[in-house]
Amino acid sequence: MITAALQEREHYLNASYGIKSWLLTKDHKRIGLLYLATITLFFFLGGAFATLIRIELLTPQGDLVSSETYNKLFTMHGVAMVFFFLIPAIPATLGNFFLPLMIGARDLAFPRINLLSWYLLVIGGLLSLYAMLAGGVDTGWTFYTPYSTSYSNTWVIATALGIFVAGFSSILTGLNFIVTVHRMRAPGMTWFRLPLFVWSTYATSVIQVLGTPVLAVTIILLFCERVFHLGIFDPTRGGDPVLFQHLFWFYSHPAVYIMVLPAMGVISELVSVYSRKPVFGYHFVAFASVAIAVLGFLVWGHHLFVSTQSLYAGLVFSFLSYFVAIPSAIKVFNWTATLYKGSISYDTPMLYAFGFIGLFTIGGLTGLFVAALGFDVHVTDTYFVVAHFHYIMVGGTIMAYLGGLHYWWPKMTGRMYPEGWAKLSALVIFLGFNLTFFPQFVLGYLGMPRRYHVYPPEFQVLHVLSTAGASVLAVGYVIPMIYFIWSLRYGKVAGANPWGATGLEWKTASPPPAHNFDETPIVTHEAYDYRAVMGEVEVG
Amino acid sequence: MASEGRAETLALREQFDTEEQQKDASTLGMWIFLITEIMFFGGLFLVYIVYRSANAGVFAVASSSLKVYVGAANTVVLLCSSLTMVLAVRGAQLGERKTIVLFLILTLILGGVFLGVKAYEWNEKFQEHHVPGAAFHFEGLPPELQGRAQLFFSLYFAMTGLHAMHMVIGVGILSVLIWQARKGTYSAAYMTPVDVSGLYWHFVDIIWIFLFPLLYLIDRHLGK
Amino acid sequence: MTEHIDRVRTYVLVFAVLIALTVLTTAVAFVDLGPFSVVVALAIAVCKMLLVALFFMHMRHSTRLTRLVVLGGLLWLIILILLSLTDFATRTWVGVPGR
Repeated sequence: MITAALQEREHYLNASYGIKSWLLTKDHKRIGLLYLATITLFFFLGGAFATLIRIELLTPQGDLVSSETYNKLFTMHGVAMVFFFLIPAIPATLGNFFLPLMIGARDLAFPRINLLSWYLLVIGGLLSLYAMLAGGVDTGWTFYTPYSTSYSNTWVIATALGIFVAGFSSILTGLNFIVTVHRMRAPGMTWFRLPLFVWSTYATSVIQVLGTPVLAVTIILLFCERVFHLGIFDPTRGGDPVLFQHLFWFYSHPAVYIMVLPAMGVISELVSVYSRKPVFGYHFVAFASVAIAVLGFLVWGHHLFVSTQSLYAGLVFSFLSYFVAIPSAIKVFNWTATLYKGSISYDTPMLYAFGFIGLFTIGGLTGLFVAALGFDVHVTDTYFVVAHFHYIMVGGTIMAYLGGLHYWWPKMTGRMYPEGWAKLSALVIFLGFNLTFFPQFVLGYLGMPRRYHVYPPEFQVLHVLSTAGASVLAVGYVIPMIYFIWSLRYGKVAGANPWGATGLEWKTASPPPAHNFDETPIVTHEAYDYRAVMGEVEVG
Repeated sequence: MASEGRAETLALREQFDTEEQQKDASTLGMWIFLITEIMFFGGLFLVYIVYRSANAGVFAVASSSLKVYVGAANTVVLLCSSLTMVLAVRGAQLGERKTIVLFLILTLILGGVFLGVKAYEWNEKFQEHHVPGAAFHFEGLPPELQGRAQLFFSLYFAMTGLHAMHMVIGVGILSVLIWQARKGTYSAAYMTPVDVSGLYWHFVDIIWIFLFPLLYLIDRHLGK
Repeated sequence: MTEHIDRVRTYVLVFAVLIALTVLTTAVAFVDLGPFSVVVALAIAVCKMLLVALFFMHMRHSTRLTRLVVLGGLLWLIILILLSLTDFATRTWVGVPGR
């Protein structure tokens, strides 16, 4: 009977049908799903490259692929994962879908621009994909000059243009979110009643808007140098390749926070819901997001410690880098304090949240190691760095992304995912992740350089461990893929608020109607006020 | 604030509650876009600062080969176009269709003149072999400094080129605005597109206001 | 936000000042001011920018939020330039073997 009622009620998925109703949609929820499909493709593409890398590294000799092919593999792994998965992952899918719902708006401020930004990501993605299929690119995802401008004979231009176009997608999403949060909040939704996911997504948008244009102009200059033979970064004409690195990392370091800030927002939501307590120190967590966004722009030089960057700049950047630890630690401590005396339930999203907190802490603390000028000189370009940023990006961002996807899945689809399988896959992912990347800390500390496909035999044990972990991790990622699709048809029907959560997104039906709310909600209490939902919790 | 059943108009899209909310959102969106432009050109300005401070002498000599009067005249053209643009916006505020169309067309023409002069200057650079690349040659500089002179002209082409690109986009926007304004789309109640396009046009003008002294006016007294 | 419609005379006056400043900056470039020629050129450019922003872009009527957005953008530009210069301005301060 419930199923029948669900099918009769009009919601955003059955409001209209046909391929055109998706490709020309202005509904932020449908655009969120378009993003979800797009980035999932790129995730598995990037994963395929990673698989080949790990298989190659099973043996000390370069026996599976040539060194040229290996260079292309790690480059394309980085490009696909960073620019076409991690950057859009949480903001463009979960953010697109839930930001308007969470602030009680009917849509984003500029729905057409929102659709445009999806198309830009697709066009950028296709350009880069074309480059990958045509022969690949081997510069590393960082495109350092002069190799990328003068020497590489691979598809640098197409890849770089793809990233340029995708950058505009990112800028427009950020712009849209900022205007939406400023101008579209429901009556009574003051800044300090906003869910923390909105705060962190807002801070992320600020980074996207301020950082991405610098990447855009850097890519343009790279393009002009390769195509029109301008000499901006050419050392033979007095140009400075390190200047390219400054410009590149001015965007790409803050880009790390584009990836991890929204993840932190998701964790704030999860930790609160599954311990049924308001987030401890709401204001501190909110301002920590803004602080990370600002501080993130002051530290990029720590990527240049072993370049010709001046020692004084190295000192300044090393010193400033430590400050990022403060707001990050505030968040971790406040999540932990939220758990204290909470009524904790171990649903799948909460398992991912626990995974995030632990892994992000390891990633963050090793970040302090590599921020230290003296230590970094020792481990630069080793697997220590590789392990560090995978703990942040895979252990942090992807954990939170999956946690958020499970948490909001019933709202997005109206169906529950199978809890047993989900718990199992969360566990498999956690174990597989650690087995993959923890040995890489050791490898790096022992001196294994990154981006090499042959290595001394004494490193083989650790590499085999890592590859074994990667296999486990791959299985862990495929399981949710299967049961999510399965749940679309066979999942238990979810009520409007299966978790007993407080956000406005849970006040409307699952899946939400095309205009989000039947009547504009009026907000009368702070975020995470569980007294307010006591009466209305339904049994899913 | 019933959203259902309300007919969507240009001045009030369905996601907004009031026309004022929509107008504020559009204006804010444009300003945020403009700060992305600040950062975009900011990267170029950083490159300029770094290279000019490292090669002050060569940059002064290379800069002096640019025709300062052409650059100054083009600055005046662009300032005129800003005046006509702001008068078009004023016409839109008053809801005077003919004023909007007239001043938008004038702005378009002045923008075209600017681009024409730019094309003339670029063409001259090609003939003088001042375009970076294998054929580059700058008279009066020893071979070891030719590369540094190329650095100046690389920046010259990158900065004026990207500025011209923005002008071309602006000309495209103006064309659409003129077409819409002739149809009578804009009124005192709905003129946001004219208003925010004006912001964009003035911003491109501001970029040129900085490019002109940075590229054309470096230590003129030394160069000659 | 109520609409402010400025007088045509205001715009023409601002335009006249902008033209005068353009002539001034061109003329001053031919005078030997030593290191101050850059300072003067940039100061005039900043004045022109302010005139365009305040009058033509209506910033003198704009909301606090808009001003905050613009100031934020300029602040970030300063961050980009100043922190980069911590490197480029101090490269020669200390000799490092091998560099």
